[in-house]
Amino acid sequence: MSALVTVQDLGFNSGGREILSHIDLGIDSGELVSLIGPNGAGKTTLIRAILGLIKPHSGSVTMRPGLRIGYMPQRLVIAPTLPLPVHRFLALGGAVSIAECRQALADVGAEDIWETQVSEVSGGEFQRMLLARALLRKPELLVLDEPVQAVDVNGQTELYDLIGSLKDSRGCSVLMVSHDLHLVMSATDRVICINGHLCCAGHPEDVSRDPSYINLFGERAVNVALYHHHHDHHHGLDGRVADGRVENPESGSGHHYG
Amino acid sequence: MDEFLVRAVLAGIGVAVVAGPLGSFVVWRRMAFFGDTLAHSALLGIAIGLAAGFNLTLGVFAACIGVALALAAISGRSAIAGDTLLGIISHGTLALGLVALAFAGSAGFNLLAYLFGDILAVTAIDLIWIYGVGAVALGTTVIIWRPLLAITVHEDLAAAEGAPVRKINLIFMLVMALVVAAAMKVVGILLVAALLIIPAAAARQFARTPEQMAVIAALIGAASVVAGLGGSLSLDTPAGPSIVVAALIGFVVSLLAPNPATRVLR
Repeated sequence: MSALVTVQDLGFNSGGREILSHIDLGIDSGELVSLIGPNGAGKTTLIRAILGLIKPHSGSVTMRPGLRIGYMPQRLVIAPTLPLPVHRFLALGGAVSIAECRQALADVGAEDIWETQVSEVSGGEFQRMLLARALLRKPELLVLDEPVQAVDVNGQTELYDLIGSLKDSRGCSVLMVSHDLHLVMSATDRVICINGHLCCAGHPEDVSRDPSYINLFGERAVNVALYHHHHDHHHGLDGRVADGRVENPESGSGHHYG
Repeated sequence: MDEFLVRAVLAGIGVAVVAGPLGSFVVWRRMAFFGDTLAHSALLGIAIGLAAGFNLTLGVFAACIGVALALAAISGRSAIAGDTLLGIISHGTLALGLVALAFAGSAGFNLLAYLFGDILAVTAIDLIWIYGVGAVALGTTVIIWRPLLAITVHEDLAAAEGAPVRKINLIFMLVMALVVAAAMKVVGILLVAALLIIPAAAARQFARTPEQMAVIAALIGAASVVAGLGGSLSLDTPAGPSIVVAALIGFVVSLLAPNPATRVLR
């Protein structure tokens, strides 16, 4: 079967600086692909090129004809001068009925904020509202740019779980930008790691051991990522200290309290 | 009531009703300076109209539309920041207009009438202009309302959902040019932007939806016209500035109004 989206040898420059070069990727039907990379790696630029919002300087983006895409942008700031209830925000995307908007908001577990002003919803509710608007497109591909931004850690896990279950219930593909591999690892089918160029790609566990990934994110990221394989204990931060790599000559002094 | 006063009230209300919705978009899109720039360019249009000997109202429309098109063409393509560029065009066209008027101005030309408006001198022909232009501007705004609002909220998201962003933004700029040219008759070049943003900003406190804000802004604008003209007559103050002062009082009062729905000033 042909891929939903195929990116071939894509390059993009801005102000004489190379932002992206020689990017290849494909997204297949029903797949959840995570796009990771450090800040400034060009993740959002790549997303915008895939969506056709910017024109690449080289290479191509090929879309399956008629592909319906639901897009969730990052860092959306709505001017507080604009009075806008959540249901009106949802209806801005296109010709949708009130019933469809209600259903979409219920699907993301945020039916309570129907009448709430968008300037007053919490970080997590805001992201769910954006996700609901993307769902209203009846997407075959969901493109999510940093979907858990401004959400606390517990909320992040819930949101990733929600995205995973929406993917399954709707049978759509997901292309998701993230900067933390360890949180998305369990749900992700394939990871693409970029830093201006394609660093590595593949199954999440393979990527987390890939030298170019370790080089990019450092030893710590690997520990955290690998740590998540042992889900029977829940002391993420303690684990790092206990593991003995952290130099702490005074570690014994902690017993003062005893 | 004197006939000239009836015409003045009709002209002012006609402009205010269109300025409400448009001014709301100006506030949402942080384009207050853009309105000023269009208004200042109008003076250049007057100078050109005088020099070339054609209708001054047409000269104003031509200058405003020309500047709107120029801004649409260079926006985002210049290394100079947007507000600097607007400042250059705004004050550049104002100065150019004043200099050109020194050459072209006839003896009876009343510069102050253009700078501060001359609503009490509005003619029947002016009224036809204001209502014709107002109807076109308002109708166009209603037609492009949803995509314009979607673009105002988030341009990339709207574009990804298929909104014709460039086209809608261009139409909005042209409508703005029309409204600024019409509003100039009422409050003058220097205060046009005030008529756009002050009623809209006052309306924010009372609105729960974008449409409510647009309608309330139109009502506040119309009330300001009536109150300002009344004040101008009884206190013998200039009409255009008096209308803006009335709107300003409305804004200050709106800040005092309790508003459980919004917390703009937190």
